[in-house]
Amino acid sequence: MAETGTTTVKRGLAQMLKGGVIMDVVTPEHAVIAQEAGAVAVMALERIPADIRAAGGVARMSNLELVQSIMDAVTIPVMAKCRIGHFAEAQALQELGIDFIDESEVLTPADEQYHVDKTPFTTPFVCGARNLGEALRRINEGAAMIRSKGEAGSGNIVEAVRHMRAITEAIEVLVHAKDLKAYAREMRVPLKLVKEVAEAGKLPVVLFCAGGISTPADASLMMQLGAEGNFVGSGIFKSNNPRAFAKAIVDATTHFSDPKVIVETSLSLGKDSRAMEGLDLRKIPESELLAPRGN
Amino acid sequence: MGTNAGIVGVLALQGDVAEHLQALEESGVQALTVKSEEDLGRVDGLIIPGGESTTVMKLLHRFELAEPVIARTREGMPLWGTCMGMIVVARDVTGTPQPTLGLMDISVRRNAFGRQNESAEVSLPIPALGSKNFPAVFIRAPWVERAGPAVEVLAERDGRAVMVRQENMLGTSFHPELSGDRRVHEYFMRMVRDALVGKRRKIA
Repeated sequence: MAETGTTTVKRGLAQMLKGGVIMDVVTPEHAVIAQEAGAVAVMALERIPADIRAAGGVARMSNLELVQSIMDAVTIPVMAKCRIGHFAEAQALQELGIDFIDESEVLTPADEQYHVDKTPFTTPFVCGARNLGEALRRINEGAAMIRSKGEAGSGNIVEAVRHMRAITEAIEVLVHAKDLKAYAREMRVPLKLVKEVAEAGKLPVVLFCAGGISTPADASLMMQLGAEGNFVGSGIFKSNNPRAFAKAIVDATTHFSDPKVIVETSLSLGKDSRAMEGLDLRKIPESELLAPRGN
Repeated sequence: MGTNAGIVGVLALQGDVAEHLQALEESGVQALTVKSEEDLGRVDGLIIPGGESTTVMKLLHRFELAEPVIARTREGMPLWGTCMGMIVVARDVTGTPQPTLGLMDISVRRNAFGRQNESAEVSLPIPALGSKNFPAVFIRAPWVERAGPAVEVLAERDGRAVMVRQENMLGTSFHPELSGDRRVHEYFMRMVRDALVGKRRKIA
């Protein structure tokens, strides 16, 4: 008997991605460039977050024919995004045979109260979080992987740092806490889950960084702050040399603790390489920020 | 078990390294992460974990570890590849020109059991580990499409070879590091111990 869709196999795929880089791609050609550079998976999208941000309007699940063509182009796992709470988009992605569903704040939320109940799905889900409460609520709903939200499409690492620190520092507090019940109540999750985190000193699922990585040093920074891998969206295909940036960010994620490699890989970009333009988040109106969506 | 049991390394370029380290430590074995040729020189056996084979092959070459791993294995260092690791040690990959280390005389088919929705837990008979079935976790798993005459098939799922051994090399399609059962790790540690005993005999 082969048992599919178990917690072990759903969380397990995320465990296989550790130490790697997952790249946003909008065409099969991009996907091949990402795979060639050493990406462990790609996120199939119609538009990268920087362009979604620029376009405004309603951002939905990507065109399924495009997603399918990206699945056909590469051998590495392919992820795709559904809107927060839009379980019908998630069902469609599962039916298509996608490897991982990102229930993402980058798309326009479909439900302002509930996220998708991810437990009955065979396909694993990754969800964004700004703090430990969000992370644990998503895990309790069945998420098999967590990523910091950061501020997608901004080219600014400050929010990713804030979210990663918030998650790891809150775990540290739990490890030394006496009254876990109070924390469980505050975070609106079962005590059992809080106990599990307090005993292990880490989340029960893999934790990646997302939202703002645009250089090899950014990738190294997030790994040193406790990320187990990196999502890079606009940082690669909004730079002026996607192949070089993709490879450099992969190298930096692998050897994150070795500044020598960060220097070599940064030098390999060449003097004409430019990372994507970044945004000063203080100048973005609050209504246009993506991270507060879906808490 | 101390130094007599040998030091086991886990290739730490990408993948589920921590899970293997934990499994080794739980079994009382000294374990090290291997990221460089220098690290490789310190270990008596090497595990290539689960992960993405295209990624790890590129990193093995970029960081000049491919040749040293091949050389040490040819000298007799026990080597075990789990899932991605089995693809990396294979002679070739069926249906694609994907590069490998070409150490074990097997051809593997990637994602042979299907994409993630077909990933599964299977109770697998493995006679070499005793009569109790092994809880095998398959994730976008490969199978062994062809095994050369020197290769012993230790387990099959649906008639496909999923655990193979050739002298000092072991390959599993599944992830023993993800189930609590440590028998495959113990099996590999016996390979490491036996290789050390053989080496000492040679020296004596």
